[in-house]
Amino acid sequence: MNPIYLEVFVVALGIVLLMVEAFVTATDKRYVAYLGIAGLAAVFAATFWVDPKVFSSAAPYASFYTADAWAMFFKRFSLLATILVLVMSIDYAPIVERFVPGAGKGGGVGEFFALPVLTCAGLMWMVSAIDFISIFVSLELVTISFYVLVAYLRRSHATLEAGTKYLILGALSTGFIVFGITWIFGVTGETNLYDIAAALPKLDPGLHTALLFGFGLVLVALGFKIAAFPFQFWVPDVYQGAATPVSAFLSVASKAAGFVVLLRVVEPFLGFEPLRDKIVAILGVLAGATLLYGNLAALPQTNFKRLLAYSSVGHAGYLLMAVASLDGSHDGGLAIVFYLSAYLLMTFLAFMVMALVSRSVGGDDLSHFAGLARRSPWLAGAMLIAMLSLAGIPFTAGFLGKLFVFGVAIEAGHYWLVTLGALTVGCGFYFYLRVVREMYWRPSPDNAPLVTVSVIGGLSMAVLAVLIFVVGICPQSVFALLR
Amino acid sequence: MSLLNPLFLLTLLPVVAALLIMVGGSSARLLARTASIGMLLVTGSLACRYDVAAGGFQFFTQFPVSDFLGLNLSFGADGLSLAMLLLSAIVTVAAVWVIPPVKSRENLFYACVMLISAGVVGAFASTDVLFFYAFHEMALIPTFLLIGIWGSGDRQAAAWKATIYLGLGSFVLLLGIVGLYLSMASADRTFDLQAMQHLAQTGSWHPPHWVYWTLLIGFGTLISLFPFHSWAPQAYASAPTPASMLHAGVLKKFGLYGMLRLVTPIFPDTILHAKLAFWGIEISYLNIFLILIVGNLLYIGLVTIAQKRLDWMLGYSSVMHMGYIFLGIAALNLLSLSGAAILMLAHGLSIAALFALNGILRERTGTLDFSELGGLAKPMPRLGLLFGFAALASIGLPGFANFPGELMVFFGAFHAGAKLPGAGLDALQITTVIGVWGVVISAVYMLRAYRNIFFGTLPARWSSLADIATVPRCAVILLLAVLLLAGFCPQIVLTYITPSLLLP
Repeated sequence: MNPIYLEVFVVALGIVLLMVEAFVTATDKRYVAYLGIAGLAAVFAATFWVDPKVFSSAAPYASFYTADAWAMFFKRFSLLATILVLVMSIDYAPIVERFVPGAGKGGGVGEFFALPVLTCAGLMWMVSAIDFISIFVSLELVTISFYVLVAYLRRSHATLEAGTKYLILGALSTGFIVFGITWIFGVTGETNLYDIAAALPKLDPGLHTALLFGFGLVLVALGFKIAAFPFQFWVPDVYQGAATPVSAFLSVASKAAGFVVLLRVVEPFLGFEPLRDKIVAILGVLAGATLLYGNLAALPQTNFKRLLAYSSVGHAGYLLMAVASLDGSHDGGLAIVFYLSAYLLMTFLAFMVMALVSRSVGGDDLSHFAGLARRSPWLAGAMLIAMLSLAGIPFTAGFLGKLFVFGVAIEAGHYWLVTLGALTVGCGFYFYLRVVREMYWRPSPDNAPLVTVSVIGGLSMAVLAVLIFVVGICPQSVFALLR
Repeated sequence: MSLLNPLFLLTLLPVVAALLIMVGGSSARLLARTASIGMLLVTGSLACRYDVAAGGFQFFTQFPVSDFLGLNLSFGADGLSLAMLLLSAIVTVAAVWVIPPVKSRENLFYACVMLISAGVVGAFASTDVLFFYAFHEMALIPTFLLIGIWGSGDRQAAAWKATIYLGLGSFVLLLGIVGLYLSMASADRTFDLQAMQHLAQTGSWHPPHWVYWTLLIGFGTLISLFPFHSWAPQAYASAPTPASMLHAGVLKKFGLYGMLRLVTPIFPDTILHAKLAFWGIEISYLNIFLILIVGNLLYIGLVTIAQKRLDWMLGYSSVMHMGYIFLGIAALNLLSLSGAAILMLAHGLSIAALFALNGILRERTGTLDFSELGGLAKPMPRLGLLFGFAALASIGLPGFANFPGELMVFFGAFHAGAKLPGAGLDALQITTVIGVWGVVISAVYMLRAYRNIFFGTLPARWSSLADIATVPRCAVILLLAVLLLAGFCPQIVLTYITPSLLLP
């Protein structure tokens, strides 16, 4: 089967869901989510029947679309993330109903389940894009569907604020990327990344500054997507304001796709000897600043969503550290793939537990988790595993992720970045264990309601928790998927 | 590659026990006690089955984990690791059996204790350096929970301080280990301990000096080397009894074991001969190390004397005694290293016994303040006797294993020092002399504590305190019996340990 059908299936699925939602009269719209999960799971299974050999370089789309091992890996990654988002949305539906003005029960909820599917198609294109034009188009598809998703709970002021911020900054970053692409196209005359790589050595040295400027602008735009310092300031507000499943989606899938694009864009420039040192220096400074900002700003947070937002900035820093250490060998890329996979598992687990707890307790401050270990030992255990993995305790996926990233950075000789990284790991210990402290040390408030878990939600959390250990003990399971 | 490898099963045993305790209902105490006895039996039989004449790592097995960075989960034990495994098992048994009835969340409590035990056993049984590290780090989290939930005093501050300090220290250590790996020629890169030692012994591999410093600071933080010690006294004072027994008794030995495994075989020249020059002053690495050791012995020793509470005093004393072991490592000859290894064993047993008794005292009287205690030998004669034994062992009286250990360290270290012209002593010998005075210091604080608690006038409210119960008494006697056995016949331990110590 030709891999391009995968995205076609997903778009078709999204449209079908919207149509079904419009014409079926049932008031409980959660069936849309179940349909979406089933459809995406089918596409996920279909990825294993894809034959990349069908793909010849003569195909008309081969100049802007690739289905290499990376693209296939991250297509599965996006599908998995979207399935998890839909699972979370099912438990989150009552809150959506409360905050969306609509006619009666279930009104306006259906689209909330259909939109992530369309976003998923955008993500899948994004990781296959090898031409600046297709990168731009797929990026916009993702961003525009996120504009709607982030602002979905229209009756909540925080959500409206988040939506506005995301819209304005998203539009700004779109401007940056278009402007950057123009400069690069102006200098090299190409938009395909491989053609750019081929064109670079023939470049007049007088144009190097212009090229660097264009690259810088593209980097700014991608910096917004992956939440790198100093383009991270939208992150805490948007994560806090948006519906929790959307925050998780933004935090994992959008960031991962952003990193894949960043890797593809950086590759030709890092291979260009005269500019290599400057670009490594830029990436290194970006990584160091992101590490410091994300981890230091997370220290005093009292709201769990904001804590996770800053932690997501911090993790972008570790990933950027590996990007800055890319040297043409395969290892840096592997470290990033592994880190992102670990990040998917642990971040989704944390968000899922948080969504359940905040729904029943009515808030997502750290203090709302006080004594959770007594009320719901299993949920607390799942959160404990997620936090340990985020902090990087051995035998969890997060530990090996950090190990690989730091290994790559030491090998590349970025000792100052490694020192900085070690300090921020210490900070991470503090703020992740603060969550553990709330759950395990603090007494439970007397009137705290019991947290109810749906079957599919509980099952997904159990699978995620087990996978964190499986991947942490047997990393080969992730690398095997890359072949 | 065998799933039935005894060391693999030994590591799995406490993990499985912890999982069973978490899901199981009301039998947490019974499960933990059974598992601890099982661990002791397995390690005991391994020690008997170990072929001393053949030496080297035995019971070896390996599970490949990843091509990336060449990770393998491998287990194996030689004499030194067997001695440490035996120490872990004995202290685990004692720790589990002295636990008084737990008032809240008993299952979580016992599961945490078993997980700490799993961490130390896994670390000592691993022959892959990365997993050796990973097992130790894993034990940090149950410690955090134990201190935070069931600790006494300012438990939250203590738990935070220890966890952040140790987390950061072990991350520095991890960077050192990765540095070791990457400093090898890319063809023979490996995390395998034996391969690393072999490479270093053949002299074809010279890792850069920064790796030595990260390892020293990383291990040093875990062992509470001055000035990275400040987490230790507070954490031990606040931790519930089994946590401080396991942590001070065994987990801290992980760092020393790592020094003997990684630092002394790989960096002998760096320890002894490398020099640091700045602003025109030249100072050798050895002298910097010795200054830190004097900090441990003298400064911490004096701080220990000044303590007004038993738990804090024991915490500081355990920091101070690390100085002797460091001295043995710094001197780097067979005698001093063997002494250091025996001391690791002896200190682990004696501090575990002291913390066990400390916990019982706290439970009975509700205070550990020297100014409030007194005359307790009258209502609790057995506890007093056991405490006396443990205190004397800790000072290093002949008959206890601490004595041969300290003696060998002192002889080895003094001998290693260069004979200077005239009557001058070199830095190593001066440190040894200070170390001998350290014994006097520890006698001062231990005996003072003993006098303050057990002699003098007995406050009336404590005239009918119950003596130590049978089960904890047997647990402490087990620790003391091993101390006495190794003290009278240190050769039993030495036949196991000495062949594993690699010298340049």
